[in-house]
Amino acid sequence: MTNKSVTEKKSVLAGAIENTVNWVDERFPLTSNVKAHLTEYYAPKNFNFWYFFGSLAMLVLVIQIVTGIFLTMHYKPDASPLDGILGNPSVAFASVEYIMRDVPWGYVIRYMHSTGASMFFVVIYLHMFRGIIYSSYRNPRELIWLFGMGIFLALMGEAFFGYLLPWGQMSYWGAQVITSLFGTVPLIGPDLMEWLRGDYLVGDATLNRFFAFHVIALPLVLLGLVTAHLIALHEVGSNNPDGVEIKKTKDKKTGIPLDGIPFHPYYTVKDMVGVVVFLIVFSAIIFFAPEVGGYFLEANNFVPANPLVTPSHIAPTWYFTPYYSILRAVPPIGVSQFPGVVAMGLSVVVFAFLPWLDRGAVKSIRYRGTLYKKWLFAFVVSFLVLGYLGTVPADKFGQFGAWLGKADIATVVARIFTVVYFAFFLLMPWYTKRDKTLPVPERVTG
Amino acid sequence: MKIKNIMKKSLLALALIPSLLLTQLAVANESVHLDQAPIDASNHDSLQRGARTFINSCLNCHSASFMRYNRLQEIGLTEKQIKDNLLFAGEKVGDTMKVSMNKKEAKVWLGVAPPDLSVEVRARGADWVYTYLRSFYRDDARPTGWNNVVYDKVAMPHVLYELQGEQAFNHETHELTLTKPGKLSTEEYNTLIGDLTNYMAFMAEPGRQQRNHLGWFVLLFLGVLLVLTYKLKKAYWKDIH
Amino acid sequence: MSDNHSDKHQAGSQSEPASTSVDLEKRKFLIATSAVGALGCAAAAVPFVKSMTPSERAKAAGAPVEVDIAKVAPGEMMVAEYRGQPVWIIHRTKEMLEKLAHHDAQLKDPKSEVPQQPDYCKENDRAIKAEYAVMLGTCTHLGCSPNSRFDVTPDWDGGFVCPCHGSKFDLAGRVFQGSPAPTNLVVPKYHYLTETTLLIGVDPEGKA
Repeated sequence: MTNKSVTEKKSVLAGAIENTVNWVDERFPLTSNVKAHLTEYYAPKNFNFWYFFGSLAMLVLVIQIVTGIFLTMHYKPDASPLDGILGNPSVAFASVEYIMRDVPWGYVIRYMHSTGASMFFVVIYLHMFRGIIYSSYRNPRELIWLFGMGIFLALMGEAFFGYLLPWGQMSYWGAQVITSLFGTVPLIGPDLMEWLRGDYLVGDATLNRFFAFHVIALPLVLLGLVTAHLIALHEVGSNNPDGVEIKKTKDKKTGIPLDGIPFHPYYTVKDMVGVVVFLIVFSAIIFFAPEVGGYFLEANNFVPANPLVTPSHIAPTWYFTPYYSILRAVPPIGVSQFPGVVAMGLSVVVFAFLPWLDRGAVKSIRYRGTLYKKWLFAFVVSFLVLGYLGTVPADKFGQFGAWLGKADIATVVARIFTVVYFAFFLLMPWYTKRDKTLPVPERVTG
Repeated sequence: MKIKNIMKKSLLALALIPSLLLTQLAVANESVHLDQAPIDASNHDSLQRGARTFINSCLNCHSASFMRYNRLQEIGLTEKQIKDNLLFAGEKVGDTMKVSMNKKEAKVWLGVAPPDLSVEVRARGADWVYTYLRSFYRDDARPTGWNNVVYDKVAMPHVLYELQGEQAFNHETHELTLTKPGKLSTEEYNTLIGDLTNYMAFMAEPGRQQRNHLGWFVLLFLGVLLVLTYKLKKAYWKDIH
Repeated sequence: MSDNHSDKHQAGSQSEPASTSVDLEKRKFLIATSAVGALGCAAAAVPFVKSMTPSERAKAAGAPVEVDIAKVAPGEMMVAEYRGQPVWIIHRTKEMLEKLAHHDAQLKDPKSEVPQQPDYCKENDRAIKAEYAVMLGTCTHLGCSPNSRFDVTPDWDGGFVCPCHGSKFDLAGRVFQGSPAPTNLVVPKYHYLTETTLLIGVDPEGKA
């Protein structure tokens, strides 16, 4: 074949593609959407390490949905004993082991899903931390942040409902404890708890409804919120590590931000590097240590659920432990545990108020003063310490002497850090305003 | 830059976590000392001996209802060997390790139905199983006449006492002593239990070795992909910087 | 992941010289990454596709079954189960076998040309031993299980009639003309372990 005929052939193909695209464009905004969200979405050119986690969160969402669909093909939400013989593990527990052993490659799919659950929170926490240090939640991005909070709450629901499905001891008692929390609500508590469980205790009815929430209700909510999150982001444009609005300085002729580069191809190729690094970590966990020392898969959950025997130590999975610590740290009023429950709820929801709590003159931590940095550091430490304390029994480190009423050391420490945790938010209007900030450059740096 | 300081501090805080975890382990170890189980997934002889002990001694009361006999091919047994030596009458190689004992009756005899042992090692850990099976001692206060150092007031009697003999437990020194030797020497008995534990660890996740093996290929592949995507990124970004 | 972008996209978006001439380095790594990435995606799809094939449990349940045929009286049949399907074992008497030779003209495939049986069952009225016919009791039309009609009348030599759409089969499982069923009934792989025990699902050569 001559060179000429090759070019001719190519142009025939190119023409066919163009015609097809035109045909679609007359009926559906394909090209304009690709432009708006990829090739002509201008993102600041100075994204750093912290900006990988948004696309990684999308990746994990896809992994969870795909693996979830395939797990649903084999999993059975049924708390009755196997073969109808009392004392046997439940059908649900057995179906998980069936996936692990009998389904070809089932163990890979299950480990992807269980590891994906924890990695989702790793990625989301880092993503949220990015939002905090660069104040990505502030005007005009408040709605992005609120949609993100919605995603975070839906994700917590997903994790909680999904954790019951293997019907092991930790599944069972975790659900028992969390649904009991609703029993502490004044007046309607006990009825509410019974309504949630559909039984007098966590049982087959609970398992079936949690399954429904986990595989269809919350995934729909998640997808809707993720779409809203992205639409809002692409409407106002991305923040960046300098906290400078790139739309302020545009090219006079083209109207393109001078510090902006098209998301595709620049950030698609960059994010791919992040994706591969993530997959390396993800695969290393799946293939070599899927339990991650009991943090991703708890040993006690390999014991079938037994409503008659509570394990000696129940702790939630690691991503819930900071809030669980706060629950335990807040003392009851009289016999009511309700204050602890409220505090736990607030500790999650309080993130949503950040856009209105932050009164700083600058957005990025790069130009904040030491006062803000000290508070942020204190918050990070309390989050981590509370997270750790939530994984251990309250009497772990022994008790103080009589001078402190023999209080558990762990509980007292948790109380102190609970106060720091909330102070970070509640005092934010004050310390961000007083903070001695640095001048912000006109254009992004580096 | 100031952010570096913050990062340093955050890293310090992160470093704090493992040290806390280590103290946790130290505390956990104080309660009951567990001996390290001799786990070796590549030792097929040990696994086969363990499988035989499991099927002959444990499977009378405990089921392993997620474990199929034909998976024993992964520890070097042929289908014919499984059929001839390990199956009970009427069972097929594709069957799971069920038990004929009626769980309800067992509950009456022992106070508790014997648990399924398929994933016991994942639930308790190999070291626990290894130590537990070697820590039975005579205790006339118990209905079965037996108690266990790592599982106080255990419902299960010492099934292998003919082999191990009888032990006595000194509650002050926390020491076990052999009072009546069994058919096996202590060393032989330890090997028997070691093999059994090794097998139970295999049974808890038969695909484990294959998984680890596959992992290296996946990581190798991703390593290559990492180099390529990094080069690709560099090729595009040279326009920007 | 979107591996399949071309250099075209960045043209016009960024005012730089690279878009006018082909950037060979970009192209090289674009092709390499796309190829390796596509390979990775294909490999990642394997577990998902394979997870939908029969599991170990299904395979164990679908394992060959041993059938004791000693108790099937002449002229009677028994039904065994193999992979969830009924398997008929018909003890054919001499009279039954004789009658089978007399209605070839009314059959769609009297010589069993269509491979609905293993080669070793083409002769002997579709059986290893003519006395015992073994076949899947599933109509080749739409999968109903035909009923036995062993009473002989002047115009019926004994056989099976499907309750769903009236397909008729003789005692060798051969379909009569005028039936909606297109082919003869399926004869599964089987062989004799002893004089009176069959192993259904495995050839005499031991192939499953």
